[in-house]
Amino acid sequence: MFFETLKLAIQAIARNPLRSFLTVLGIVIGVGAVIAMVTIGNGTTARVAADIAKLGSNLLFVRPGQFGPGRSSAEAKPFNARDIAALKTQLHRARAVAPAAQTIVTAIYGTESRNTTISGTDNDFFTALDWQLTQGRSFLEGEIRSGRAACIIGETVRDELFGNAEALGQRIRVNKVSCEVIGLLAAKGQSSFGTDRDDIIVMPLRTFQRRIAGNTNITAIYISARDGVQTAKVQADIERLLRERRNIGPGAEDDFSVRDMKEVAQTLTATTTVLTGLLGAVAGVSLLVGGIGIMNIMLVSVTERTREIGIRLAIGAQESQVLLQFLVEAIVLSLFGGVIGIMAGLGIAALATRAIQIPFVLDPMIVFFAFAFSALVGVLFGYFPARRAARLNPIDALRHE
Amino acid sequence: MHSPADKSPALIELKAVSKIYGAGMAEVRALDSVDLSIDDGEFVAIMGPSGSGKSTAMNMLGCLDRPSSGRYLFKGVDVGALSRNQRALLRRHYLGFVFQGFNLLARTSAVENVELPLIYRGIAAAPRRRQAMKALAHVGLAGREHHSPGELSGGQQQRVAIARAIATRPAVLLADEPTGNLDTKTSLEIMELLERLNRDEGLTVIMVTHEAEMAAYAGRIIHFLDGRIDHDATNRDAA
Ligand SMILES: Nc1ncnc2c1ncn2[C@@H]1O[C@H](COP(=O)(O)OP(=O)(O)OP(=O)(O)O)[C@@H](O)[C@H]1O
Ligand SMILES: [Mg+2]
Repeated sequence: MFFETLKLAIQAIARNPLRSFLTVLGIVIGVGAVIAMVTIGNGTTARVAADIAKLGSNLLFVRPGQFGPGRSSAEAKPFNARDIAALKTQLHRARAVAPAAQTIVTAIYGTESRNTTISGTDNDFFTALDWQLTQGRSFLEGEIRSGRAACIIGETVRDELFGNAEALGQRIRVNKVSCEVIGLLAAKGQSSFGTDRDDIIVMPLRTFQRRIAGNTNITAIYISARDGVQTAKVQADIERLLRERRNIGPGAEDDFSVRDMKEVAQTLTATTTVLTGLLGAVAGVSLLVGGIGIMNIMLVSVTERTREIGIRLAIGAQESQVLLQFLVEAIVLSLFGGVIGIMAGLGIAALATRAIQIPFVLDPMIVFFAFAFSALVGVLFGYFPARRAARLNPIDALRHE
Repeated sequence: MHSPADKSPALIELKAVSKIYGAGMAEVRALDSVDLSIDDGEFVAIMGPSGSGKSTAMNMLGCLDRPSSGRYLFKGVDVGALSRNQRALLRRHYLGFVFQGFNLLARTSAVENVELPLIYRGIAAAPRRRQAMKALAHVGLAGREHHSPGELSGGQQQRVAIARAIATRPAVLLADEPTGNLDTKTSLEIMELLERLNRDEGLTVIMVTHEAEMAAYAGRIIHFLDGRIDHDATNRDAA
């Protein structure tokens, strides 16, 4: 009898293709939207997490002034070479302490030119940021001390200026300074903020101060903790040392700030989680709209279906048989719509993740949830009006208007 | 045929059955304390003016509706005491019903409509299709089996409804104006079919009709008036 009921249900579905199509459509929209949105959201989160891992998880970033709205690091007293020397000798838990000063310059090679960021620093910069050289070498001790015009360039700068030509050993002009390319940095790609991290030139700090900036300000310090050391401890060391050096009395506020990049990472991850939630909410609305669509179709067809139920009851169907038929009908439509919805959702997610270059992260729970919800709506609105009709006297069901 | 003093219980027995629609001033007594007894194998015609309660009585006999008061005994069993499921089984195994308004499933072919009660009887697909085709042939619809109600004339739909009611070979055929939409020639063919089923297979036929010509086939004619039986007589002219 179950097989017969399945056949009856499929007949009923085929008999009214428009109603069946609209019901399936409602489910497809709901399921598809949820799966697509959440998968895209998860991909974004995964992308951010991966970027953060590339940043170096034990990295601390120090700059003058406080972070936050209405505060500017430009007004705060910059760091100086003695601060760096003190940090390098006294921070036992730090693996690398890299001073940095930055500005925007125009780099020129032959007829090619590019506006890029230039950083004055030392070799600890590469250690702290865990950044390898693909060719050439890092700075020599003598170059750092003497302030020789030696540059290590990022992949974007190399590509823009040299294209396929050999860069190593060539001289580029940075503002008015002629500078030899002694090394090439490995490509890091875009940061989560969308900036190109390979768009950079690195030179010794002293060279930068004398020939580019014209002052001895150090506006940032990158510090990486030793393996197995908690960054919080290093952070406390840095804060103590710098307060002392900058003569900040007890109770006074720091005039510098230390950022644990892991925290930044966590904030960012939290943001993307919110984003995912938001996408999920949009998807939830689609689910609801799909559900209401299904509900409408079911309610519009209730008169015809009630009469059908009346006919079936009148010629000898039992209430349970009629209900089983309607239940099977709703389940078949829901399954069908659910499967198409899952495929459509995954398809859209696959295209979108490829287009915006994020990983395709599938959450089976969401697939299950979206499917279950739509199936529930389909079954609920297919089944309950039918149940009401099947409880009528056959003649009342037949007379339904 | 009609003998109230029969020792075995009548096939169908209504005892003081009333059906009241509405309440208060708007109250309509569609059936007013009707007593009726019909034996197995009878061919009964029910006549009467429009609104006299004929369809209401048929719905009662077909277990499609429940009386406001009174008792309905089928083969001596009190139908009012049966559960919904038991009444469904009674309809399935004993009754065939032709509705005044046909009540066919829309967008469903004639043969599938006729098959419907056979499905609920649990008859396998192949014999079911054969039986349905045969019933359609009986009512002169051979060649129209795969048309849906929307593609059939009123008379053809009526004949599909008749085929559906007789396809299960029920004990009782309840037909509410089965020839209401048919021309005289087709009507007479249908009546001959019903008469043959009644005579050869012992099918009990209860039929509502407005036409004396059709009622003439019945062995007993019952006249309804204002929800009551006005008179009830054996038809001596019946063939
Ligand atoms: N569902 C209902 N609600 C209220 N009144 C009803 C209902 N069904 C029938 N009636 C009333 O009951 C009475 C009997 O109706 P019924 O359908 O039995 O008449 P009938 O003899 O079959 O008439 P016809 O020859 O026109 O088919 C009528 O007055 C009708 O208005
Ligand atoms: Mg009537």
